[in-house]
Amino acid sequence: MKDTPLSNCERDFLLKAIEEKKRLDGRQTYDYRKMKITFGTDYGCCFVDLGKTRVMAQVSGELVAPKENRPNEGIMFFNIELSPMASPAFEQGRQSELSVKLNRQLERCLRNSKCIDTESLCVVSGEKVWQIRVDVHMLNHDGNLMDAASIAAITALCHFKRPDVSIQGDEVTVYSAEEREPIPLSIYHMPISVSFSFFQQGTYLLVDPCEREERVMDGLLMIAMNKHREICSIQSSGGIMLLKEQVMRCSKIASVKVSEITELISKALENDKRARKAGGRCGFAESMPQERITALKTDETSVEMTDASERANDIVENAEVPPQTVPSPVVPAPGVGQVGQGLQNTWGLEEEEEDGDEEEEEQKMEEEQDEKEDSREGDVVEISDSEEEEVVILHPETQDKSSKNAASSSNQKGAETSKQRQKK
Amino acid sequence: MAGLELLSDQGYRLDGRKATELRKFQARMGVFAQADGSAYLEQGNTKALAVVYGPHEVRGSRSRIRHDRAVINCQYSMATFSTAERKRRPHGDRKSTEMSLHLKQTFEAAVMTQLYPRSQIDIYVKILQSDGGNYSVCVNAATLAVIDAGIPMRDYVCACTVGFVDETPLADLCYAEEGGGVSSLALALLPRGGQIALLQMDARLHQDHLEALMEAAMTACKGVSKVLDQVVRQHLQEASVPSAE
Repeated sequence: MKDTPLSNCERDFLLKAIEEKKRLDGRQTYDYRKMKITFGTDYGCCFVDLGKTRVMAQVSGELVAPKENRPNEGIMFFNIELSPMASPAFEQGRQSELSVKLNRQLERCLRNSKCIDTESLCVVSGEKVWQIRVDVHMLNHDGNLMDAASIAAITALCHFKRPDVSIQGDEVTVYSAEEREPIPLSIYHMPISVSFSFFQQGTYLLVDPCEREERVMDGLLMIAMNKHREICSIQSSGGIMLLKEQVMRCSKIASVKVSEITELISKALENDKRARKAGGRCGFAESMPQERITALKTDETSVEMTDASERANDIVENAEVPPQTVPSPVVPAPGVGQVGQGLQNTWGLEEEEEDGDEEEEEQKMEEEQDEKEDSREGDVVEISDSEEEEVVILHPETQDKSSKNAASSSNQKGAETSKQRQKK
Repeated sequence: MAGLELLSDQGYRLDGRKATELRKFQARMGVFAQADGSAYLEQGNTKALAVVYGPHEVRGSRSRIRHDRAVINCQYSMATFSTAERKRRPHGDRKSTEMSLHLKQTFEAAVMTQLYPRSQIDIYVKILQSDGGNYSVCVNAATLAVIDAGIPMRDYVCACTVGFVDETPLADLCYAEEGGGVSSLALALLPRGGQIALLQMDARLHQDHLEALMEAAMTACKGVSKVLDQVVRQHLQEASVPSAE
């Protein structure tokens, strides 16, 4: 399903607000939305909420034969699923441009930066290695999928524990979770991506664009860093022209944000570990807050109102009294209601005589109404306001039809009077 | 690859170049008669062929028509014989699609698309031999092809891949230098204004080195632009000689 296009006034409103350094949800230019990380019951399942954007990552492992040119290393496989569940703009099955872009960016961010020790995933060199597969599913799209996906992926990898294996000669035994404690992966560092969106040919920049802001942006710059201030990946997309100073500034901002986010992730992992140890209930179902259906609760958005020049209340108070309402209907004859006089005819008849005639004829018509009611069906009624020079009097049975035709051809009546005719 | 010294003590690289030297550059424009514009480019051992068709009416889905500008359609593919091991899927896989998207993005920024509303420009690039710096060679070849087609651009689009080894930026990486975890940065630049059309970097690099690496990339791109300019002028001279008689 194609996405509904953004209207011009909404686009202008967003751009104007960005020029005044205001965002729709009241954030500052470099602020991230509220981030929440929760885990599922299995090891390796992680949910990330970035504002309203919701993403789920699941890590799984299986034993496979290694690649021929790298017999000692395990295999990492990343996959991002964009399903129509996240947004009606995503089509099922088709590999859209966005899907390719996100997949490649995540691969480059996590695989090329060597954040995981792949050699430790080797079981039997040349024969059996672990293939770690990270599946990221978009659950709700409200902008900035890349950041949410990268956070979810690396957190899930940190959370994942693979089964323990032992080798006796040629036999490889894989122990299930009950038999032996599973082993976590060895992770060197945590690359996190930060997205910057550019507006007005690179004049304004925002961190963590929401879905509306993404629609009006010119381009996106994605910088993936870890907390040791090492840049893992940079990617610019969209047709923007960047300057070197802009890129340097963005990298500085990114390093600050990444350290904040890394702390949040470590805290979340700690909490989860503690909860599991204490034997408490953990998992996805527990992490959903108990919200009653009967209560309507919306989060208050903090919007800066200090420099609002006009207020709605002020405008209402100072407004003039609304003009006189239309007088109540006049009943010139039983069954006929007349409200107002009707407007001047604008169908191109510009002779002044006609205007004078109009009013006369309206009154004439009303008189005729009275006459018609009195007269019987068989009578012939002359319609004086028709534009035809000759009045064609049809067969009495078709009298009503002729009157209807006249009603529709004449264009000087009010609606009520023509309706009245048709009823007859 | 242990044992391969990417930068020797005297400052020489694997193929004998210095750190800031570009590879040997050879280019030819107007190689195909059928296409509106075409170019063949060799940078060292990497060989690329670029073909441009357009501007012409939008083919395929009518929903892609833009009322105020031309649509640029890029396709990047590698010949099956271009790499050391035979490539099983020359186009349609994720890497090729990503490269096509990057090329499209680069040229949408550089080509003056407002001059051709409701039309389409096709750019096809094929790598005949891949020896590192694929993206950069594609961009340079496509620039020459677009100029050969007579489509107006804001400036030459020059691209270069630079890497960071032993605290030194190396310009124009070859395949051996690209592998092995060397941080490589691919940059597409419009030299006159110093504007970056595309920036792409993989592998770890400390933030403090970023500035030096970008500077080296921009210098290398400016060098490439000089060579491209020379190629274009020479081609025009050769083409205009018969008409001068």
